[in-house]
Amino acid sequence: MKYYMNVINEKGNIALEDTLLYKGAPACAGSRILEGYTPLFSAEAVKRLEENGYVISGKAHVGEFGLDLLGEFSHYDKKEGALKGAAASLVAEGAVKAALGVDMNGFTRRAAAISRVDFIKPTYGTVSRYGVISCAASGEQVGVYAGNATDTAEILNVISGHDEKDGTSLKNEKYQYTASADISGKRVCVIKELLDKADDATKANINAYIGALKKKGVEVEEISSDIFEISNIAWQILMTAETCNNVSRYDGVKYGYRAKEYKDIDELYVNSRTEGFNFLTKAVIMYGSDVLSKLRYKACYEKSLKIRRVVSEKYKELMSKYDAILTPVCSKTSYEAYDIKDAFLKVFEEGVFTSVANLIGTPAYVTKGVQLLGGHFNESALLSIAAACEGEVE
Amino acid sequence: MKYELVIGLETHVELDTKSKIFCSCGGHSEAKEPNDCVCPACSGMPGMLPVMNKKVVELAVTAGLMLNCNINRYTTFDKKNYYYPDLPCAYQITQLNHPICTDGLVTLKTSMGERGIRIKQIHMEEDAGKLVHGGKYSYVDFNRTSVPLIEIVTQPDFRSAEEVVTYLNKLKSMFRSGGISECEEGAMRCDVNISVRPEGSEEFGVRTEIKNMASFEAIEKAINYEFQRHVDALEYETEELVQETRRFDDASGKTFAMRNKETEADYRYFPDANLMPIIIDDEWLEQIKANKPVAVDEKADEYRAAGISEKEIDMLLSNNKLMKLHNDVVSMGCNSKDAAAWILTDCAGILRKDGKSLNELTVTAEKLGAIIKMVDSGKINRNAGKKILIAVVEEDVDPVEYCSKLGLDRKVDESMISEVIDKVIEGNPQAVADFKSGKTKAAQALFGACMKELKGAGDPGTIKSVLDEKLNTL
Repeated sequence: MKYYMNVINEKGNIALEDTLLYKGAPACAGSRILEGYTPLFSAEAVKRLEENGYVISGKAHVGEFGLDLLGEFSHYDKKEGALKGAAASLVAEGAVKAALGVDMNGFTRRAAAISRVDFIKPTYGTVSRYGVISCAASGEQVGVYAGNATDTAEILNVISGHDEKDGTSLKNEKYQYTASADISGKRVCVIKELLDKADDATKANINAYIGALKKKGVEVEEISSDIFEISNIAWQILMTAETCNNVSRYDGVKYGYRAKEYKDIDELYVNSRTEGFNFLTKAVIMYGSDVLSKLRYKACYEKSLKIRRVVSEKYKELMSKYDAILTPVCSKTSYEAYDIKDAFLKVFEEGVFTSVANLIGTPAYVTKGVQLLGGHFNESALLSIAAACEGEVE
Repeated sequence: MKYELVIGLETHVELDTKSKIFCSCGGHSEAKEPNDCVCPACSGMPGMLPVMNKKVVELAVTAGLMLNCNINRYTTFDKKNYYYPDLPCAYQITQLNHPICTDGLVTLKTSMGERGIRIKQIHMEEDAGKLVHGGKYSYVDFNRTSVPLIEIVTQPDFRSAEEVVTYLNKLKSMFRSGGISECEEGAMRCDVNISVRPEGSEEFGVRTEIKNMASFEAIEKAINYEFQRHVDALEYETEELVQETRRFDDASGKTFAMRNKETEADYRYFPDANLMPIIIDDEWLEQIKANKPVAVDEKADEYRAAGISEKEIDMLLSNNKLMKLHNDVVSMGCNSKDAAAWILTDCAGILRKDGKSLNELTVTAEKLGAIIKMVDSGKINRNAGKKILIAVVEEDVDPVEYCSKLGLDRKVDESMISEVIDKVIEGNPQAVADFKSGKTKAAQALFGACMKELKGAGDPGTIKSVLDEKLNTL
């Protein structure tokens, strides 16, 4: 039996988070509103994996539209006790070689950190978003969970490259990512403001990683930067606005969930959406429609676009001095199930570590429970650091 | 007191592209069944992304050039949010902040004289679907969703219904000649913004908007009705005018309030992150310019210079097919004025005899051009040409073959003509006697007999002068 499986799955099994489409398999993004929806096509990244001999072995639960902390609020999968992301767990258990997820508001990276697997969020525009159940088009990107840097690079090499079906896809036909073991002489910085937000276990994690880096001949420096806090605020504004707009198509008219009772079209909309979305999605919709309203557009949305440009410049300046930024992925090393009414604020607070990469489209790499942030198209630097330190950290 | 009518127009025109604006669905106008022409993208399925149809940009730029607009080299799309079942994504992709064309001008000639109408902007957007109401349910048809539109927005520069209709007719003939849109039934829809103010006043009056008008006749009626309603309200205080949207009812010829603008919806416009900004570089713009057809005004001047009459110019400009036929015939080397006469007088006459109009003309430019060339070069006379044309129009024969089959291009020199005339004079003693006794009409009959004998060949002028000479010297 084992032999047989190996033969048909020579390249490896891949799991998909439910925010990615696979032809013929129900896709609900963890939400009741998409109940029973079955796509007619596969996501481009998924298609490329299949064309290259990988086998899609199943779909993993996500929290509704991937908006929560660790995938805890799926309509189809109630969580109790310690929280873990489903796809990250599958990779950690060795059930699959890798998994694809959509990095949008930090959930994928936090899940990888908690389960101690690797995850890469590549540069915006390098992987097609065709077939992603989209929330925040301007910053979401398909990423890869895997057990180590070599596997991550292998999968990313397959799925990246231009796709004409995605207007935001960059023109490069192909990318070649490598994880070289020699990183001596590289420079890495840690951000004081982010370390201050982390608990002791998380700080210990970072310190252990700094130790490994130094051992490999990397220069590590602690610096101060104000771009992370402001990036988070700007991204939460853009993300909620875009999500509010993108989920407005789920109205009970065409597919997915429709309320049983309604008198007219307005009630059909209101009842279907009231029953179809969870509390967190509704909070995001309310927040997003507020920042887009005439009253707040200039002060919130337009300002966030300006912040995006300013942060992009400041980040570029940082990357001229360092090869990577080392940060925590989240403030703690474990999370317990909690009330959904607290979710919006919890996710917002944890976003300070992850939002900058979504806001300006830069790559981020999670390994050994820490995060490495890099410059545009510099995935290989992050992969190399991760590969070199793999054996040095528990 | 005298009052002045002030009107601004928003005109939506469906573009003639092979596929929709953001997906490859095509042929919605030929779709037989509802939802025949839809894909996951234009029906709002999750996971699909819009991909820009370049042709839409090119047609919008062409329209902008024809309307003397600035072409904005950097143009972006925005999302307009509202819920309606015919809008599958619950937002419409349109242009708010960076429309493709701005600040244009059109000049109109009406009974008010020649006046300019300023174009505020032209933007690209997608159309919505259609709701079909039947029995207990309403049905959604997405065939029309994402069909490309341009919206042409004018400044409030119109001062009469006549100007509005003249403008719309001008847009129509421009867009037809430019290959932008055939402007078929329902493919051109207008929102009319009307206000009325005392003549000489600088301030605008209370504005009402009449939405979604497709027929020019109805637009004219609606404007005239609204003008009177506003004047009555201002002059006799029949009602208090409020800013509102109104609907025109064709049957009664009146307008009715639809919804109050005081509770104007907030559409939460914001940039569409799925579509990258479009950059129109010099090379692309030059390419579009090179393919742009000559503007209607320039075309009219060209016709005038060729000596074509105003009536004929109107006929050509208002019918894209005739204009193209004329153009093609001229480009074969035929004289422009002659070509116009052949099409608008001769072809029209032949069709009229069969109870048909010029719209039903099926003659190809190649065949018509061949006939005109034979006449212009003196190979055959005009009557022979007309004879061939009749056969071409009615039986679609090959003109050159037909001509030689009937021998219409036989070389006929003066000695042959002289011979034939002698024969005719000899064979018609009665007619000759009549002529001699002063019945000049008899000469006409003899001329006809000569033509018949020559089977339509030979130059009629020569025949007539030789005949006259011979008769007078008898």
